[in-house]
Amino acid sequence: METAFTPFASFGGGLLIGLAAVLLMLGLGRIFGATGILSGLIFPERCPEFAWRATLVLGMVMAPGLIFLATGAWPALDVPVSPLIIAIGGVIVGLGASFGSGCTSGHGVCGLSRLSLRSLVAVPTFMATAAITVFVIRHFIGA
Amino acid sequence: MMKLIYAWATGLVFGLGIAISGMMNPAKVLNFFDIAGTWDLSLAFVMGGAVAVTFIGYRLVWRRATPLFEDRFQVPNSNVIDARLVGGSALFGIGWGIAGFCPGAAIPALGMGRWEVALFLGAVGLGLALARILKGQSILPRSASA
Repeated sequence: METAFTPFASFGGGLLIGLAAVLLMLGLGRIFGATGILSGLIFPERCPEFAWRATLVLGMVMAPGLIFLATGAWPALDVPVSPLIIAIGGVIVGLGASFGSGCTSGHGVCGLSRLSLRSLVAVPTFMATAAITVFVIRHFIGA
Repeated sequence: MMKLIYAWATGLVFGLGIAISGMMNPAKVLNFFDIAGTWDLSLAFVMGGAVAVTFIGYRLVWRRATPLFEDRFQVPNSNVIDARLVGGSALFGIGWGIAGFCPGAAIPALGMGRWEVALFLGAVGLGLALARILKGQSILPRSASA
């Protein structure tokens, strides 16, 4: 399905994502890596670290509702794939983010901004494999 | 307590950014990668905006001796490029290209009350647990496994 090109909304949203990454560094001295934060919630080995992760995630989850309250419309969320595909993709994302030590936020936003050598390798790698995967699924398999 | 409220507000800013940017919409994410098909370049603007702010903001923040609520900055300092990093990142991209969600987009999307998002995050949790088992780490809380 087609989606509209939204350069201004996307850039504005990107600025806010960056602001959040800076705020977390300013307040807690941490990288904003969504997978790391999620992992810390699922495997809470250090209890003092659990509480701020929980409120951070609470804030994240409240965002769409706030947008609905402010504008009367929910953000767009169209899932063009089947439940089985979502589940398979999710398991692979979890495995990959764990072994690769990061995801779009940790390596992409924070790592590139730090000019981390590991992120400068990781980001082109996952961007390339994502594009190849979409090409194979949509144009080779034809799903 | 201030630290927890601060973290909450930070999460809210992040979530608003994800929602406004279009990152939480798998149709849009998959179209970003579908250069040969229904291509939508928007997400390059998300990354551009986010990295621009973070690149400058981090350098301003690091002029401080310590963060506001902690006694030190905890920034990864490894420069090791190994098979685990490259293979893991390659795998991450494959999963992202299959599902159209990544964790940073799916967590705020949970607030939409959509079962697809919960299914994705549950699967990510399973993947994280599998990775811990493969790495020989415990998936039980320390108190239970000790």
